[in-house]
This record gives sequence, structure tokens and C-alpha cells, in this order.
Amino acid sequence: MAATKRGLAVLFGSTIGAKTVMAVTGLALILFLLTHMGGNLLIYFGPDVFNAYAKSLKSAGGGGLVWVARGGLLAMFATHVAMAFKLQLRNRAARPLGYAYEATVEASWASRYMILTGLLVLAFVVLHLAHYTVGVFNPDYLTWHDAEGRHDAYRMVVTAFSHPLVALSYVVAMVVLALHLVHGFQSLFRSLGNSHEQAREALSKASLGLALALAFGFCLAPVGVLLGWIQPVEVTQPAPGK
Amino acid sequence: MNLTLKVWRQPSKSAEGSIQTYEAKDVSPDMSFLEMIDVVNDTLMEQGQEPIAFEHDCREGICGACSMVINGVAHGPNKATTTCQLYMRHFKSGETIYIEPWRAAAFPVLKDLIVDRSAFDRIQQAGGYISINTGCAPDAHTTQVEKDAADAAMSAAECIGCGACVAACKNASAMLFVAAKVSHLGLLPHGQAERKTRVLGMVEQMDDEGFGACTNYGECEAVCPKSISTRYISRLNRDYLTASISSEI
Amino acid sequence: MTHLDAREPAGQLEDKWDSFRFDEKLLSPSNKRKFRILVVGTGLAGGGAAATLAEQGYDVYCFSHHDSPRRAHSVAAQGGINAAKNYQEDGDSVFRLFYDTIKGGDFRSRESNVYRLAQVSSNIIDQCVAQGVPFTREYGGLLANRSFGGAQVSRTFYCRGQTGQQLLLGAYAALNRQIARGGGRKGGVTMFYRRELLDIVTVEGQARGIVVRDMVTGQIERYAGHAVVLATGGYSNVFYLSTNAMGSNATAAWRAHRRGAMFANPCYTQIHPTCIPVAGEHQSKLTLMSESLRNDGRIWAPKRKGETRRARDIPESERDYYLERKYPSFGNLAPRDIASRAAKEACDEGRGVGPGGRGVYLDFADAINRLGKDAISERYGNLFEMYQRITGENPYETPFRIYPAPHYTMGGLWVDYHCMTTIPGLFAIGEANFSDHGANRLGASALMQGLADGYFVLPATIMPYLAGQKLSAVDESHPAFKDIEGQVNQRVEKLLAVKGKRSVASFHRELGRLLWTKCGLAREKKALTEAISEVKALRGEFWENVSVPGSSGSLNQALEEAFRVADYMELGELLCRDALDREESCGAHLRTEHQTDDGEAVRDDEDYCYSAAWDWKDEDTPQELVKEELVFESVKLATRSYK
Repeated sequence: MAATKRGLAVLFGSTIGAKTVMAVTGLALILFLLTHMGGNLLIYFGPDVFNAYAKSLKSAGGGGLVWVARGGLLAMFATHVAMAFKLQLRNRAARPLGYAYEATVEASWASRYMILTGLLVLAFVVLHLAHYTVGVFNPDYLTWHDAEGRHDAYRMVVTAFSHPLVALSYVVAMVVLALHLVHGFQSLFRSLGNSHEQAREALSKASLGLALALAFGFCLAPVGVLLGWIQPVEVTQPAPGK
Repeated sequence: MNLTLKVWRQPSKSAEGSIQTYEAKDVSPDMSFLEMIDVVNDTLMEQGQEPIAFEHDCREGICGACSMVINGVAHGPNKATTTCQLYMRHFKSGETIYIEPWRAAAFPVLKDLIVDRSAFDRIQQAGGYISINTGCAPDAHTTQVEKDAADAAMSAAECIGCGACVAACKNASAMLFVAAKVSHLGLLPHGQAERKTRVLGMVEQMDDEGFGACTNYGECEAVCPKSISTRYISRLNRDYLTASISSEI
Repeated sequence: MTHLDAREPAGQLEDKWDSFRFDEKLLSPSNKRKFRILVVGTGLAGGGAAATLAEQGYDVYCFSHHDSPRRAHSVAAQGGINAAKNYQEDGDSVFRLFYDTIKGGDFRSRESNVYRLAQVSSNIIDQCVAQGVPFTREYGGLLANRSFGGAQVSRTFYCRGQTGQQLLLGAYAALNRQIARGGGRKGGVTMFYRRELLDIVTVEGQARGIVVRDMVTGQIERYAGHAVVLATGGYSNVFYLSTNAMGSNATAAWRAHRRGAMFANPCYTQIHPTCIPVAGEHQSKLTLMSESLRNDGRIWAPKRKGETRRARDIPESERDYYLERKYPSFGNLAPRDIASRAAKEACDEGRGVGPGGRGVYLDFADAINRLGKDAISERYGNLFEMYQRITGENPYETPFRIYPAPHYTMGGLWVDYHCMTTIPGLFAIGEANFSDHGANRLGASALMQGLADGYFVLPATIMPYLAGQKLSAVDESHPAFKDIEGQVNQRVEKLLAVKGKRSVASFHRELGRLLWTKCGLAREKKALTEAISEVKALRGEFWENVSVPGSSGSLNQALEEAFRVADYMELGELLCRDALDREESCGAHLRTEHQTDDGEAVRDDEDYCYSAAWDWKDEDTPQELVKEELVFESVKLATRSYK
């Protein structure tokens, strides 16, 4: 009864492989979140720095790199979500009939509701992209430019977060993201094979720190706008088309 | 003390089951949980009714036969304790206790609280051994074993194959069981020759049996009568991935 | 009168096994696969034998009443396994292990068998280590040893407090490897789970098959083979309360006995000294704590009768460390039978402790002072936890309370040197046979015998049986199978038809209490005579008033239990008759009429230096006693002294 699966077949065909994929894509997404957060915080340095940063992202590699990065991100994200669904279906099927008396001894709330928090984060990402990248709610966002002729990302963000509801919904989303990460970050190292006792304990603590740091960092922009730490700038040039 | 029991009754594998209510009267706190059921069963039999079928054998916490989910917790409320070693002094008179079988697609109910755990045997048949015919062994002192490795192997080998890890896991995953079995042999020098084929074979069989995946909840370790650490699960992940991408040349 | 031939090889004791191995008729690998061997039981003996026979090329069918071979009761052994490795260089040798075993068994075992056991003991350790059994090791990476009752050397190998489970997992792994081959034509073992043996089928006087019940579907099934191996364990559960598992039963051995296999020395039942005392009427089994506790614990009872103070409040001067007092050289490590009886005496004198005054103290206070709590916890931590879980008392603070409990049965199916019973082709190994422990078994020797029989002895001794004759072709359609299956079905129907008022367990409990009182730690003529007629009466009531609900065609635990208890009812009677016949005290068998004034056993080598084999006649005729005279050539019969 020798095993038949090796290599890629293992990665996608076995539960351990699937969990490895979840871990690797999850780690990649966390790294993305860290850079994203760093970029967001540039907003505190004013419109010039922020818009320059936005422009540098879009124009890197002659403008092609952003699409490569987007493609990569999408692939990571889609794989993470698809694997999560696949595993969830499997896990559901593994216990067709549940207990009449349900109890939990050890599992944290965060670990038990990974699918829920994951789905909420997914919904948020869709809205977030629609909001800023596609400009679904306000198509004008994409047409605003600053004095240098760069896309006025600063104005876009400040305008959006000036609406308390928008800001609040971003804050809520970040809390959900933190819940997802507080289990996800420590779990991914276990899935990747970290059996070292002290390292596991350290990573459990780090997991909470990372989740809090990311949520806090991301909230600094909406909260800063709401509290007036980040001020709107004078529009020096009317947006074209207006 | 007097208790109300809500027990899963199911006449056979294919029949429908349901929760039935029984009264357990004059229960002594020095009774084990199974002895409490014995008394209920004695009464049922005297009335010509079929007793509650449940699996049990050694009643000293080592054979791994007993398997009850008590108020939602595999083996009940005491840590590192099998159902047979759970004593009634941990319950209060007047309490209502739910008793259900292990729930997992890979562990179908055969009758009442008895489930079929043969999936565990098949997993071990898929590589859970060291291939050495009787009589072929060299002197036992030929190979020295680092004490730490021997102790870690022993801690994994303490697994009694009860399946509480599966019952407790929200995903009905068998990872803790498989991890314990793979690690026991994989940590010893004697188990190295078949280390890769063993882990690949056993994990593949585990998946084929329909167990869920590990989400690192930690429920398994919390209910394990031998407190086997989830660190072995991480070790299994590592061992499996290493084996799967390894090449002879 | 029937004559028993043990078929011991000729020659010096040391050479018997080697000359047997050399003289035996061999089977070539291509011929071995033509023989189907039915192995019943998957403990150390059965699991080891099934795996080894399959490795050697036989077509093996293996049966277990468990859902998995790993649950066989070998799993519960705690303390360790003996082997004459002499790794501690403390003077051990094959001859010393042999001598200790013979002496421990109070000179009531067969020399040649015991010597062979000591010889193969070393191979067992080698085999187990290679299989991955995680024996406890020293810091240098070599195997650790500890000492055990009845020996003055350290020859016991162990795996924390669960040596039995680890050895069983080794045998189980070897078995799994053979099951994975596919069985039948592919080679290896064909495994049958959840099957209870209900009868043996003989054709032309030879064992050729078995009839079993599928415990899930209730189906009665027939299996034919060229030889049958019973590795079905002992019968301590005849006492109802014992350290055996609830499912351990004597049905296979008893059914074999009724088909012509003689049953030897049933009265040699070992009572283990260190068990947790009975807590109440509801008690379903007794829990043993490893005898290894006696390495560091000191056993005592209060000097005063009816002592009511707590253990810690009783001053040193008012404690009686009775084993150290009576047996200064072995002290707390006196053999099991002696330690058990001494505890009973203390309690009989009114010096017992705990509920009902049936208990003595096993005290670790000195050891904790000497070695520290951590060292004690490292050695015995799991036993301390287990005790606390069961009793709710903390043994680090207050001494353990212990009392003897039925644990192991030295008696069993009579077998010759080849492990063959008096039915040709029917072999019995492990605790199921009577062969190696005489009237008392030493600690850590059961695992040794189970694995010796399973891995090394039986696979060698079954070959000459198969090679030495032409067995006729018999399959499941042979009329003998139909006949036996019919009888089994009748028995099932009969049990279901009683529809009485008493549960099976209530009969079992009553039988157990009766035997424990009248044929337990100490036996005497009058009580034994009474017991025989009381067991008969109880058996009569059983068949008139037992309640076995449910049907035969499904999973029915009450029915399973009823089969077993029905057989215990017959076995219990033979147990008393054997005890009555043996007018001497030896090993675990103490006749109160035969002891010195200070309570030491008095053996009678003149008249009782034999193994008592009982030959089944029929329902209405009592078994006939057949004696196998024991001849001692290499050791001198001596009064066993541990003083």
C-alpha cells in the first residue's frame, strides 16, 4: 500500500498539502498587508509624499510591474480562498451529523470562525477594490489629479474617510482582519512544520501583536481623517471634466 | 445522587438514531462513569429491554476502547482521562448529561455509542511499522538512541488509538493520531529506512478515509487521554512535505 | 488411564531447544503457503504468532473479538518484560532466569519449557527494539533495567508505565505489515475483526477449524484450516472482579476443553498484591498498579487492630512493615503470592485499612525523602495520577491503599513441549496455556512468555506437525462444520429463549463473589466442597432465569456476555475441584490445612509433584484427572524461601 502521490500532487491533492498552500499564500498576503499598511501611513507625510508613492507604484517597471504585482496578489488571494473553500467542504463532509450538545474546550473563537472572518475579509476586499481601485461609488476619484498631474490619491482617501460611515466600516473590517490573523499567523507556521516548543509560544504571542499592529496601522488613516489629524488640501486645480 | 441521561440510541448502522432519556438513580460518587451506565443497563435488562451498547474493555485507561462524548466533550470533563477513568464525583446530583458517540464520517455508528474505528487500523497498515521479520534483529544494544529522542518517541507512542482527537476536532481530523504514529517510529533510528514511505502512505490513507483537515484548533490535544502534543502534528506536516518533495538523486 | 506425553526433546536441558530445532522436519517456503493456520487472539502471543507465521510464508487467518488487535489485554501490562541479557552485569544468566522462574513457580512447572523461555528471552528484546518499541533508556542511549519481585538482579526492560501497550503495538505493527500484504494468495494475514470464537471443529480427531460469531451482524461463520492456534488469554474474570479487561474471557479455551483439550492446573490463579481496593458494590473491575511500585514503596499495616487514625498520624513505632519483618532478604520485593497472602493475613487480623478494612498501605514517604518528589514522579508519575483519579486521594501525601486482586492464571490448556494441546493440531500459547509459570508467575514474565510463544516457540513447533503428516483436504463444507455450527446456533437460541429476570452481570457477580470467598487467596476443604455444589446450583439458575434481551442477528453485548458467563459457570466448578484435589500449598494455591504454624505454605513433593490435567467426559460425568509427573533434573526441589 505504498503512497502514490508525490510533488505537486501532494501540494494540491492532500489535506496537508492544501494546508501548506493556505499557509504559504496566507504568509504572502500578510507580507502584502504589511507593505500596504506602510504605504497607507505615508498619508501622514502629506499629499506630496503620498501621491508620489502612489505614482511610483503605478509607474514601476514602466507601468507593467503593477499589473504583475496585481496578478500575483490575485493569484495568491484566489488560491487562498479557493483552498479554504475546498477544505471547508471536506471538513463539513467529515462530520455529516454533529453533536446534540456542542462544546468547545480549547479552540479560540478566532480559530473556529476563520471561514466567517475570511468571508468578511473577502467581502471587504471586493468593496475596497470597488471603492478605490475601480471607483464604483464615485467615479470621480480616479480622475482627480494634483498640481504635479499625479493621481490625487491623497484627496481621494481623505474625501472618502471624511464620511464617518465609510471610516467606521473600514475600522470594523480591520477588526475582522485582526481576528483572522490572530489565528492565521500562528497557525501557518504550525502548518509549515514548526514543532519547536518555544518558537510556537513566541509565535502565538507574535500573532496577537501582528494582528493588533496591522489593524491599528490600517485604522490610523480613517481614524486620522475623522479626528482631523489628516487635513484635506486645497484643490488647486479643478478635476478635468468638471 | 440522581442524574438524567440523554443517550444516543441507534439500533444498527443503517437505522435512524435518536436521543433517549434515562434516569440514573442512587449513583455513588465512587462509581466510574461506565459503572454508572452498567447500573442503568442492569435495570434495562431486568425489564427485558436492550442495554445501551457502548465500547469498553480494560477500564484502566489503556486499551482505547471506551469512547463517549459527554456533554459535548470527548471522554468528558476531566483532562487526560478516558471515559472509563472518569468518576461520578465530578458530577452533581440533578445534572442532565448528554452521552453521544464519536461523530465522524470515517467512524460510522454501529450501534448506540459504538462506532467503527477500523479506519485507524487501515492507516497503520499503510506503513505504520518497521519491516523486520522475527529473528532478523541484531542485539538490542547495537544502536544507541539519544535519550531525548527515545523519550519523544515514547510520548508519541503513548497514543491509545481511542479516536477522541477525531471526535473532538471541529473538522473530524485524524491528524493527531497519525502524527503520533508517524512520529513514534520516525523519531527512532530504527525507523529511518522507511520514514518517507511511511509518512506518505499513512497520510494518503488518512485522506482516503475521509477525515477532515487540521485547522490547529488544539481541541485534540485538550481531550487526548495521553495529552499528546499538537507539536507532533507540526512534525508530521514537516515530515510529509519533506518526503513528498524528496528525490533519491 | 490416559497417558500424557510432553514430547520433550532428549538430552541436556541446555541442548533441548537446539536439538529440537535441528531435528524438526522442515517445510520449504513454497510448501508453507499451502497451509492455512487459524490464529485466535491478537495479544502478544497471538499477534506475534500470526505475524511471524505469515512472514515465514504460511497462509494465516487471524481472529480478534476486538475492533482492533491493539486492544487485546496485553495492552494493560505496566511493569516490564524480563530477559536474561545481563546488561547490568549483575550476575544474570539464562540459567538464573530459568531458576528464578522455576523457583518462583514453586517447582510446579516443566523444566524444559521454562529453560527454553529463558533462552529466547534475549531474542525478544532484540526483536522489539528493532520493531521500534521505545524502551526506557539511560542518558548514554542504552537500555535501562529495573528489578522486579522474585529476583535479585535487574533484568526487567520497560517503557514508562506501559510496557504492555508498547510491546503490543510492536506485535500489532508486525501484524499490520502482514495484513497489508493482502492475505490469502497474496501472502500475509487475513484479519477478521470483531469475531468471537464459539467452538472448535475437529475432523478425524484433529483440529481443523473454528466456528465464530460476527459480533456486528450476529452471523455464525465457519473457517477451516490445517491447524488452530488459541492465544486467547486467561480466565481471571471467572472471579468477576479482577484486573482483566471486561471482555477477557475463557470461552475459546473452555470450548476447546469440551472438545477434548485437557485443562491443566485451573487452581493456579495469581492474586496480584498491588491493586486498588474495592470501593463498593457497583465495582466492575479492579485496577492494578504496577508491582514496580514495590521497588521504592514500603508496605505496612497498623500494629493495632481497628486503627482509626489517618496513616500519617500513626507513628513509626506503631506500624508493621510486615514484608520487611518476615522476609528480610527480599522485603517488599517478595513474590506476588507471598505478598498477597501477607496482606490478607493483616486484614484478617483486623489490621486492614480503608473501606471494609480490606487494604494495607504502600508508602512512598521514605522514598520521597530519599530521592525527592521529582525522581519518584519520573519513575511512577502515571501510577500516582491513576490512583488519584480513581480514589480521589493524593499518594504523594497519603500512602496508597492496596489490596490483592485476581490478576493472572497460570493454569490453562495443557500443552506439550510443542505448545500443542491434547487435540492434535490445536495449539495454545501465552496465558491460554499452562506451561511456564508453575504455581505462581513472577512479575514481568507474562509479557516474556507471550512473546516467546508467539514470536519464537510456536512458529518453530507448528512446522513439524504440518510437515510430519498428510492432512486430508477439509473445507468449510465438511459435515463436521455443519454439525458444530448447528450446536452453536442451538446454544444461542437456548440463551435467548430463557427470558428470565436476572441480568447476566448479576450472575457473574454472584459467581465471582462465591469463588473469591471460597476459592480465592486461601482455600480449605469444607469451603471448596460447598463451593462446588453452589456453583452447580447457580449454573442451574442461570439457565432458567437469565435475561438476554435482543436478537442473535445483530450486535448484542448481553448475548456475548451470556456466552462467556455460561462457560465461567463450568470453569468455576473445575477450579474448585482442582483446588480440592491439590492437598498441598504451592505458589498461589494455599490450602489452609497445609501451612506451618507461622502461616508458611507447605508443599508436598511426595504426592503432588505433578501438573493436574483434567479430561472432559460429557455433561453428566465429571472430568477425569490425568497427571503429568514433573521431573526435575537440573534443579533441586527446595522449600521456597525468600527470608
